[in-house]
Amino acid sequence: MALKKRVAIRNQSAEANLFARRTFITFIGVLVLSIILFTNIYDLEVNSYQKYQTRSNSNRIKLLPVAPNRGLIYDRNGVLLADNKPVYSLEVIPEQVDDITVSLKAISQLLDISQEKQNKLLKAIKSKRRFKPIELYSRLSEQQVSLFSVNQHKFPGFFIDARLKRYYPFADLTTHSLGYVARINRKDSIKLDQQGLAENYAATRNIGKLGLEKYYQETLHGTIGHQEVEINNQGRVIRTLDFTPPIPGKDLTLTLDIELQMIAKRALSGKRGAVVAIDPRDGGVLAMYSNPSFDGNLFVHGISSKKYKKLLDPKSNKPLLNRAVQGYPPASTIKPLLALTGLEEGIITPETEIYDPGFYQLPGIETKRRDWKRWGHGKVNLTKSLEQSCNIYYYDLAYKLGITRISKMMEKFGFGEYTGIDIHEESRAIMPSVEWKRARYNQNWYTGETLSVGIGQSFWTVTPLQLSQAVSILVNKGEIKVPHLLKATKEVIADPKSEGSQEQLITEYEIDEKPPIVLSDKKSWEIVLDGLHNTVQKLGATGYNAFKGSKYDAAGKTGSAQTANIAQDEKYDAKKVKENKRDNAMFIAFAPFESPEIVVAVAIENVAEGGGGANAAPVARQIMDQYFGDREIVSTDKSKHPLHDNVYQQNIKKELNKATGTQ
Amino acid sequence: MRSTGQDQQKQRTLWQRLHIDLPLLSGILILMTLGAFVVYSAGGQESAILIRHAKRIGVALVVMFFVAQIPPLAYRKWAVPVFVIGLMLLTAVLLFGHVGKGAQRWLDLGFTKFQPSEIMKLVVPIMIAWYVSQYNLPTKISNILIAFILVLLPTLLIARQPDLGTSLLIASSGIFVIFLAGASWKLIGTCTALLSAFAPILWMFLMKPYQKQRVLTFLNPEQDPLGSGYHIIQSKIAIGSGGLQGKGWLQGTQSQLEFLPERHTDFIFAVFSEEFGLVGVGLLLTVYLAIVMRGLWIAVNAQHAFTKLLAGSLTLTFFVYVFVNIGMVSGLLPVVGVPLPLVSYGGTSMVTLMAGFGMLMAISTHRRFHV
Repeated sequence: MALKKRVAIRNQSAEANLFARRTFITFIGVLVLSIILFTNIYDLEVNSYQKYQTRSNSNRIKLLPVAPNRGLIYDRNGVLLADNKPVYSLEVIPEQVDDITVSLKAISQLLDISQEKQNKLLKAIKSKRRFKPIELYSRLSEQQVSLFSVNQHKFPGFFIDARLKRYYPFADLTTHSLGYVARINRKDSIKLDQQGLAENYAATRNIGKLGLEKYYQETLHGTIGHQEVEINNQGRVIRTLDFTPPIPGKDLTLTLDIELQMIAKRALSGKRGAVVAIDPRDGGVLAMYSNPSFDGNLFVHGISSKKYKKLLDPKSNKPLLNRAVQGYPPASTIKPLLALTGLEEGIITPETEIYDPGFYQLPGIETKRRDWKRWGHGKVNLTKSLEQSCNIYYYDLAYKLGITRISKMMEKFGFGEYTGIDIHEESRAIMPSVEWKRARYNQNWYTGETLSVGIGQSFWTVTPLQLSQAVSILVNKGEIKVPHLLKATKEVIADPKSEGSQEQLITEYEIDEKPPIVLSDKKSWEIVLDGLHNTVQKLGATGYNAFKGSKYDAAGKTGSAQTANIAQDEKYDAKKVKENKRDNAMFIAFAPFESPEIVVAVAIENVAEGGGGANAAPVARQIMDQYFGDREIVSTDKSKHPLHDNVYQQNIKKELNKATGTQ
Repeated sequence: MRSTGQDQQKQRTLWQRLHIDLPLLSGILILMTLGAFVVYSAGGQESAILIRHAKRIGVALVVMFFVAQIPPLAYRKWAVPVFVIGLMLLTAVLLFGHVGKGAQRWLDLGFTKFQPSEIMKLVVPIMIAWYVSQYNLPTKISNILIAFILVLLPTLLIARQPDLGTSLLIASSGIFVIFLAGASWKLIGTCTALLSAFAPILWMFLMKPYQKQRVLTFLNPEQDPLGSGYHIIQSKIAIGSGGLQGKGWLQGTQSQLEFLPERHTDFIFAVFSEEFGLVGVGLLLTVYLAIVMRGLWIAVNAQHAFTKLLAGSLTLTFFVYVFVNIGMVSGLLPVVGVPLPLVSYGGTSMVTLMAGFGMLMAISTHRRFHV
């Protein structure tokens, strides 16, 4: 009732007007706020569109790196030396498995996985994202793979993943030249970062750690590819948007001949040493083997500490050491080069003779240096000095040349310097000189040391590789071709015009030459080379037995290096000295004599009996026999070696008979 | 002219009899349809969610229809008792309420759980409109003070739960009545000044840490992009990346790939903007404005001060929903839990809203009531 009364006295129209005014004001407010809302949305969707679109895309689009396949490595005849082989691993996506514990147990029974490992796996699974594959078991055996494949339908969510891993089918036969790849470690990552290569290696697991794998890492690696995927807020891949395939690394073809490597391994078996064979025409390394060797495959999957310790064990004779690029005293193998130096410096002529009574004494000094032949070689000229490897001749020559002239010439032949071969493990070895001794020991050079240098001893060390290079320079009469293992690279180029068609691009290795050694008299080359020819071909010469009966015309030089000092007049008897104090056997050879195709240098440590001729030369012989096969390569110059009666001469006779027979 | 007038007369009588306001219903149905599409997209394209949403829409429409049948002046009789019961229920919630999402909002009645604060969204404007309309307009200061206290009581109780969004909506529904009833500008100025002074006290003594965190996040979301700032950053990315025309229905990457949180509820506007772009937003705002205009038109044409005030308040509160939701999703306002009305997935608030629209329709169609 009271309500009605009050209402009755109300001014209805004034109230309606007031309300309408207030309503209008609020409506204006509503409009203004709506405009503010719209302006803000306009700002977000139009003015800041680019920014938010980018952020939206970076939310959802991820680039997944795809590793390129590593280039393969072949020997000169196309035999595969480094392969990429699939390695199988068992993986699981937890969210697709109903009861992981039960499934894992069943699968462990099937594949024989230990309880201890199972527990570890369960723990690992629980800490990972449920929709991403987790590697349960790496490196399944083929039997395990087939066992699982047959039963796969029982284990939803489990699958086998194949990944390519490096595999060296010839194992220890090639390790010292090929090297190996292994997991990228922290040091590698830092280095890649510094080189600005980290991005290209985003998906790469392994990197070259040694040998050619390391040297040609960039060539072999290739270029990373990318898979552009859309992900959700959990990081789960929803779909692939785009795919840029990786560009595989280039394949390498090497100058190595795997058959020669096999021969080298067989010839060196049971010995410590190395052999290097070079084609002097281009510097290509035909064989490079160091014994004992090791299996590079061990390192690809991560070597166990037990196995690694075994490699380091002294009883294993340092298999990690590449002896082909480690320094050995060259001993008599460098006598031809010293003779050449003598000729060049005018100290000797081919006719110069000295008298060898079996010892050498420096003027005014009591100490006698013995020749290896106690009673001496009597009158010795250059040819005979090489044939008989007469020490006295070279003591005298070295004395007359002096250390400076010797080391200067020897440096030209590459001693004491890296050859520049395409592996990083090379040693420079030592070419001693006055300056070198001053720098190294802060001592004066003694003349006695010059004499030792004359027979390739004292501080002088050379690597088998350097030795083979020096012989190559000799047979090339001064031309220097840098030794190398790479013959060619091969890459597959996808033709952009027609999809699918691919083109192979083969790039031959460019031979690197250094400025040649120029002698004042070119005949000096011939004189020394003839000397080496005689050393092998002349009956009674030190290398005669090495190539007796060979069907090709070889030349060479033996060497036996003392590794321990032997007191004056004390007789060296290999049987009485400790094994590691025994002589090293050295040998150099090349063939065919008139147009050399192969140079071999051999070094064998601590041989039991006999020098380079008996121990190292047969290694070179086997290599060359393999290299020449049944080829008969004899000298066209019949007059050259009238004295010996080996197959070489018989061959000439046969040829003559044939010629007369047909007449 | 005449014939159309007659047609209108006929039409009017048809809808009048059903107590349905056709323009209002059209706007509501447009929004609900749009909402269903966006809920389907945001809900991972699952038909189960869409069906549940459709059911709630159905329930809400039925509620609206029945509420529309009640003559609006009848609310006045119930205003005081319901208001008092409401306050008691709110107190009960604080004392024995069911805890969900860190707040006490639900009252478990054994057979069903229910949120007293939802009812208060309607009861408070009715109560204030009833109180104010007893006296001549413009309202005297003393009456305004009493009205304020009546608004403040439920507001504080709900804020204590804590439910900032609802308390904000309830407070504004009451204040709109007071404003529309012609509170003097001087008073409005004073109150605004007082409120600004009150803000630091609110910050220091009344706001809970998570509420403070929301405000801080609002001021600088990039400070903690993966933590408290994540919602708003992802939401802005969704809106911004929609561009002029949007990414297309079901094509919004932010929502489909689940970068956007609360996609089908409070942040549904971000999904909408991402998929339909500025064009869609313009359309959506236009529909909302049309509904607000219709609501205000109903208010102005209502024949009694009580219905005028109630209709105005309901309409403006509806707009507050829109403004606060879009404002918070697009980074203009701090994040408070307010759904986008008639579009967001979520039953209770939709039913309350539609009951409100039922009242609006009743006010618009029950013309011939006795004063």
